[in-house]
This record gives sequence, C-alpha cells and structure tokens, in this order.
Amino acid sequence: MTRDTAEPLMSFEDAIATFDPVMGFEVHVELNTLTKMFCGCPTEFGAPPNTQVCPVCLGLPGALPVVNEKAVESAIRIGLALGCSIAEWSRFARKNYFYPDMPKDFQTSQYDEPIAFNGALEILVETEGGRRSVTVEIERAHMEEDTGKILHVGGATGRIHGADYSLIDYNRAGVPLIEIVTKPIEVEPVLAPAVARAYVTELRELIVALGVSDAHMHQGSMRVDANLSLKPRGRAEFGTRTETKNVNSIRSVERAVRFEIQRQAAVLQSGGTIIQETRHFHESDGSTTSGRVKEEAEDYRYFPEPDLTPVAPDATWIETLRATLPEPPLKRRARIREEWGITEHDMQSLINAGALELVEQTVALGADSADARKWWMGEIARISNERGLDIVQLPITPADVYRIITLTSNGSLNDKLARQVIEGVLAGEGGPDEVVAARGLAVVSDDGALLEAVDAALAAQPDVAAKIRDGKVQAAGAIVGAVMKATAGKADAGRVRELILERVGASPS
Amino acid sequence: MPALDRDDIAHLARLSRLQLTDSELDQYGGQLDVILSAVARVAEVAADDVPPTTHAVPVVNVARPDVIVPCLAREDVLAGAPAAEDDRFRVPRILDQEEQ
Repeated sequence: MTRDTAEPLMSFEDAIATFDPVMGFEVHVELNTLTKMFCGCPTEFGAPPNTQVCPVCLGLPGALPVVNEKAVESAIRIGLALGCSIAEWSRFARKNYFYPDMPKDFQTSQYDEPIAFNGALEILVETEGGRRSVTVEIERAHMEEDTGKILHVGGATGRIHGADYSLIDYNRAGVPLIEIVTKPIEVEPVLAPAVARAYVTELRELIVALGVSDAHMHQGSMRVDANLSLKPRGRAEFGTRTETKNVNSIRSVERAVRFEIQRQAAVLQSGGTIIQETRHFHESDGSTTSGRVKEEAEDYRYFPEPDLTPVAPDATWIETLRATLPEPPLKRRARIREEWGITEHDMQSLINAGALELVEQTVALGADSADARKWWMGEIARISNERGLDIVQLPITPADVYRIITLTSNGSLNDKLARQVIEGVLAGEGGPDEVVAARGLAVVSDDGALLEAVDAALAAQPDVAAKIRDGKVQAAGAIVGAVMKATAGKADAGRVRELILERVGASPS
Repeated sequence: MPALDRDDIAHLARLSRLQLTDSELDQYGGQLDVILSAVARVAEVAADDVPPTTHAVPVVNVARPDVIVPCLAREDVLAGAPAAEDDRFRVPRILDQEEQ
C-alpha cells in the first residue's frame, strides 16, 4: 500500500530545530486469559469464525455480563508493575458508538474510574552520548474488551473505502484488553523517536515478564496508537495532536513518530493547521495517511455500566498480587549483563532473538553462559530464522542444549557433531543422548581406530607427510582433513593433529 | 436543567444513525425534555453527601472464575443475523461516499 497523495515533509533535523514534539501512547494488550472479559467463551486465536460467541458477547437481549476474575487480577498486576496506584473502587462504563465491530453498539470499558492510575516506567534510550535513563509517566491502565474482526468485501484493496459490504467474525469481541495510557511525553526533540521505541520495547518486556499476554505485535495481541503534536519552540501550550493507528512493530513505532514530526512540521511551517484525526501507518514506506476525524470524547456518551458491579479489590489481595511481580526487566537485564559479562548490544541481540529466557534457563542448569549463548544464538537461532519460527517454538529445550554443551566440553562431541545432534533433536529423534546413539555420532576417541585412519592418510599423501617431517607442521591440516573425512567428522580434530605429528616424528608446535 | 436544543437532538440522532424529519426533531425534543426534567428532580433531593449510584443494591466484586463454558452453535448464532456469508455476519457498506 502506498500513499495516495504524497504530503510534503520537512527534514527531521529542520523539524526538531523549530518544534518540540509531544508524544503520548495508548497501548492495548490482549490478555492471555482462557475466557473473555465478561463471559465464558474461549479466547483461542484463529478459531473458525463465530464459533467462540454466546449471548453475552453477541449482546443479545437479556444477557448479563460477569467480569473475569483472572482478567482483573492481570489488570492489577500490570498496574502494580507500572508503579500505579490501584483504585479502591472502580467501575466499568459503556462507550457508545455506531460501528458493527461490537454487536452491542457499545464497548464495555472504563472511563473516569480506571483500575490503575499514576504510574511510571523507567526506560533506557540509546543516544549518541550513550544510554540514558528516561522516566515515562503513566496516566492510567484500564480494563476493556476487544472488538470483532471485520472483513471488507468489494472495492479494490479490501479496505473500508469502496467496499460493497462487510463480513464480521465476533470471536474476538469481548476478549480482555488492558489499555495503558501515558501522560504527555516531552523529551529532548532529537530523542523522541528513540524514546518511542524504547518505551514500547520496555513495556512489552514487562508484559511478557508478567506472563499476562504473549504481546505479539504482529498478531495484534499488543497494539500501539501513537499520539503526536508539535509546539513551536518556547510555546507552553500543546498543539493539536494526531493519533496514528496500526503501528504493529516496535520499529514502526519509531518510524511513525518520526514521520508525523516531519509531516506536521511541514504543515505548520507553511501556515497550515493540524487536524485532530486518526492516521493510518503504512509499513511499506513508513508514512501515515489521514483516517477518520476523531470523535470528541463526549460523542461516546460514556455512562456507568449498570449490568456490572464495581470492582473494589481489597488491600490484602493487592498485596498478594504485588508479591507475584517479576524482577523489573530493566533491572534484570542489568543484573544478567553483569553476571555474564556481556554488553547491552549482546543483550539486545538475545532479546530480539527471543533467546534470553532460554539461555538463562540453560545457564541455570549449570552451563557456562558463553556456551549457552553460542548454541542458542548460533545454530539454533539460524534454524529458527530459516524456518520462520520463534526460537521458543522449536522443539528443543534448555535441558537438551545443556546436555549437548556437556557432551561437547567432555570431548564426546565436537562442534560439527553437536550441530547434527541439534538437527536430530529438532527432527524429533529424541533427546541428545538418543540422537548420539541412534546416529552413531560420538567422537571416535579410540586412538587405535584414529591411528589407522592417520596412517592411511599419510600413506595416501606421502609428499605432505614429507613436508611435515621437514618441520612444515601447518601442512598437517591436509592430513587432518583427510582423517576427518574418513571418520565422517567423528574425530576430535585436535587429537588427530597430535597423532599425525607423533606418527611423523615432528614436534607439536 | 438546561433543555436539549434542536441541534443537540439532531446530533444525537446522527450518532445513533437515526434519520429524523424536522417535525420529529421537534416532537422528540419536547418528549426528551419532559424525561430530563423528571430525572432532574432527583438531583434536587440528593444532597452532596449522596454519591451518584448505578445500582439499587450496594454489591461489589461479582466475578467469575476464568473457566470456559460452551458457546452457541454457529448455525444458531447466524440464524439471528439479518444476513450471513462465509460463516460471518454480513452488514451493509459501513462508510457512505460522503463520509469518506
């Protein structure tokens, strides 16, 4: 999808020389509860259309919603992890709007009484002068429900514009969502896109660490709306903001913010005004295009939901939940960097590959962290890329990798054989020991068998043997290669080299 | 209690996608006024120490465990739909030309 009409942009450098950006983020997190927010329908992703619905989530007359206790628990844990106060008493509200993605014609949400409010999230931002800590203040986190999925039929592109009609699957309608809203974020202008990226990255890690959502941005279980406005340098009051939707990767968040800064700067500089509207982000070229003009909040005609009782979590429950909070990801990363002696860059590679937990578990079993990183980030990450799977989805466990590392360090396997063991484990041939036995992969440690191969190789290449004898020990490589070939890679190359040198009577230098 | 003016009624009608004629706007405006003034009398007797309420009984924390219960059969679900296609609810075009 490309932009219909290219809007003029100011260069980023010029834009931030004249204007101060103000950002705000609304992040929707789909909880991983078994059932929906207000009914017992399952929430499984990818079920056949309209098979996970009931009178409550279809909004049939007389159906009464009841809140999911686990979802409230997750909401409170998210709030606590963000350092929020938890409301002693909070209510749901109806957000009324006319759109067929909710069969009730309203979304059950929270309005002026959110479950959690006034928190903060510390993030680390990469700058030219090194990493810098920034605190993003959190306005609120509230509970609501997801909407159905609409398929637009007809028209050229499957978009709502020009569609002849639409088809709706309500399986997702009613799936629990937590919406996390920041306060306006004002940072040094040049840092704005990086802060946007760091905030979403950190928040996502926190959500994953809490175990309340898989937070897959590409599958929509974590969705980011980025608000942005500009104010001329020195002005105190905020400008008109736009809200960019569909920003479904961490990199896109950074691009969307950068694009809106450049676009709005060009509009303002030429004497134009910014319209308060939603904008759509386009992955292909990093641009945003105009969506609908934002309805004013009062047009939603919020009112307290009469069918649900207020949520009034008692202090004991809140403290019990507080005790379940994981180590904050930022602190955890700092601790692990220290323990493993790795750089933040190494750490980011581990996180991006989705391998941090796996490496950590492998180390917990007793592996050296360098070995664990080497296998997870090397051969196993390579295969996960090749297959287009998340590394955690591959059928190999930290225990398997620990066993492979053990076999490698005690000399039973060399790296080449270890790779074949990984291949066997992934092919479902069993654990590492079973693969070694079934495929006959152990290193040939019997010197007798090796010597036979060494002698044969030396005999086959007498000129090379002569060179080695004359002191050109680097020539031994050719013989090592021949022996490795003869033993199908099952020899320990170091031992083979020693045997060759012994055999020809050269000193092992 | 300020009465709803004609523009308010027209606005609410538009939000609800109701097409009202001029005479209907006048008619409903008058009726809504009566309802609102009746409700407004509650505010006269409720002093500041009476918080707004949404429930007749003071109940909180009615919740259910996160346990799956059977859903409706899809044929029953779609039987109630004015139109269905491809196992989904079919609705008329959402955006009119002038709203694009």
